[in-house]
Amino acid sequence: MSLLDVKDLTKNFGGLTAVSGVTMHLEDNELVALIGPNGAGKTTLFNLLTGVIPPSEGTVSLQTDQGLQVLNKKKPYQVAQAGLARTFQNIRLFKDLSVLDNVLIAMTAKHKESFVSSILRLPSYYKKEVEMREEAIELLKIFDMQDKLDNLARNLPYGEQRRLEIVRALATKPKILFLDEPAAGMNPEETADLTRLIRQIQNEFHITVLLIEHDMSLVMNVAERIYVLEYGQLIAEGTPAEIQKNERVIKAYLGGES
Amino acid sequence: MKKNLKYNLIWLAIMIAGYIIINVLEFAGIMGQFAETTLVLIGINIILATGLNLIIGFSGQFSLGHAGFMAIGAYVCALITTAIPNALGMLLGLIAGAVFSGVVALVVGIPTLRLNGDYLAIATMGVAEIIRIILNNLKITNGPAGLYNIPMLATWPVVYLLVCITTIIIVNFIHSRDGRAVMSVREDEIAAESMGVNITKWKVIAFVVGAATAAIGGALHANYIQTIAPTDFGIMESINILIIVVLGGIGSITGTFVAAVVLGLLDMILQNFGTLRMVLYSLALILIMVFKPSGLLGTWELSIRRLFTRKSKTKGDA
Ligand SMILES: Nc1ncnc2c1ncn2[C@@H]1O[C@H](COP(=O)(O)OP(=O)(O)OP(=O)(O)O)[C@@H](O)[C@H]1O
Ligand SMILES: [Mg+2]
Repeated sequence: MSLLDVKDLTKNFGGLTAVSGVTMHLEDNELVALIGPNGAGKTTLFNLLTGVIPPSEGTVSLQTDQGLQVLNKKKPYQVAQAGLARTFQNIRLFKDLSVLDNVLIAMTAKHKESFVSSILRLPSYYKKEVEMREEAIELLKIFDMQDKLDNLARNLPYGEQRRLEIVRALATKPKILFLDEPAAGMNPEETADLTRLIRQIQNEFHITVLLIEHDMSLVMNVAERIYVLEYGQLIAEGTPAEIQKNERVIKAYLGGES
Repeated sequence: MKKNLKYNLIWLAIMIAGYIIINVLEFAGIMGQFAETTLVLIGINIILATGLNLIIGFSGQFSLGHAGFMAIGAYVCALITTAIPNALGMLLGLIAGAVFSGVVALVVGIPTLRLNGDYLAIATMGVAEIIRIILNNLKITNGPAGLYNIPMLATWPVVYLLVCITTIIIVNFIHSRDGRAVMSVREDEIAAESMGVNITKWKVIAFVVGAATAAIGGALHANYIQTIAPTDFGIMESINILIIVVLGGIGSITGTFVAAVVLGLLDMILQNFGTLRMVLYSLALILIMVFKPSGLLGTWELSIRRLFTRKSKTKGDA
């Protein structure tokens, strides 16, 4: 039984089928890449998996402690609480809030508080607040951002905004982390750094990572398995070595010239 | 933990000191009846505007219906205090008004808060208009003539106390985990939802708390002015409250206080200018919007904690 099972997932936008009959699976603690040309439907697939948009057809089910959970009728916040976290291709931070608040918000769903105790400021409120703050700082440390706690997210350099998105997603304590082009706009040095970090968090937090990336060196470096999407359909699946030799993949990437 | 207690005690001390200072000024004859009226009206406006700022500035939902919820509080409290014209009646009236208004906000909030921006503004404006028309046609509210001879129970100590209570509730709410969830909705709904924040729930909660606050403001208005009519709660009243929020800074409770005081004083000073008053008042607004579109204070907040940490930091540097 896989951790995440996706069956025949399809999304039509009017006449356009952005994702077409995708069947895939993610196992516990593996690092998988999703690649494909521009407009192949990778981001749309992420949106379907995380509940941001409802699928036209198909199912997404997650293996949990309480048994199999069908996710595709759930709201995004329920999907997130079930353990699926993501970053966004076009960064979506809480721009006018501090770095620390960005992370704390992601932790909130797991730290429920009664209206009364937060209004009355009972000691338990402050105690929990201190714990959460320490936890958030620990996460930020991994990404070397512990000195920027009070900076507004909008004032961070681009590379750090991308890293903060990953920290924020991690703060929800996910089982599966979806990264949509985390290295976009980064220089080779930053990309190498990020590659190392992705591996580190996968091991440290024992999570599964699904990664969309155009940077092939990054993909071939970290991915244990690769899915290839073209025109909304999966055209190949395999290890990096297999994918590099796959005729259809080479064709898709070279634009049908082979 | 001790530190938090210290900051909270300092705020409490400031509130008590404010009360004493105003009392002394009044006793010494420096503040007359006219000044007290101004003070009460400023207090009521603070209550109304902090509630609206919670909705607009913190949850990011543009509501133009605040006067409708104010009307509910005003009528409920007026009817109850007319029947029970004492402090107990006032207390009951305030609670009943806030609860009633909150329930109405819950019922209209769930469908309307799905709307965005301008659409929500128009929908909430419609809600307020419906409330006004209902008040205009009910027997118990005495139709267009409204209610009069409402007992004068909103004395300024009562108003002062309620300014303190509503501010504590709203500020503590904003600066709690819940408040952060509310602000994440304002910042980016899709990102908030993807981080596990139930955005509909938090929008509705902010809206309900804001509406309950508006009802408290309305109740005090009714029991201070002593007469109310449906026309008092039209779109212009919603806009007047909105002006305080925008002027002070959308997302700054401190700004709301400053703006309510500035506008209250401006109103008082311009009293002698007759019709010119409205022109000068509007002109002042236009000038502030041109030169400081984010409002007087932007999103800045007064924080005792920050004052202290800054002091200890400079000490450390020396
Ligand atoms: N909300 C939408 N409405 C209509 N069409 C959409 C919508 N979202 C995506 N599409 C279309 O679906 C197709 C797939 O888009 P998607 O963003 O998923 O591609 P992608 O693989 O992520 O591409 P890229 O590598 O450029 O990020 C595109 O043709 C796009 O125009
Ligand atoms: Mg994309």
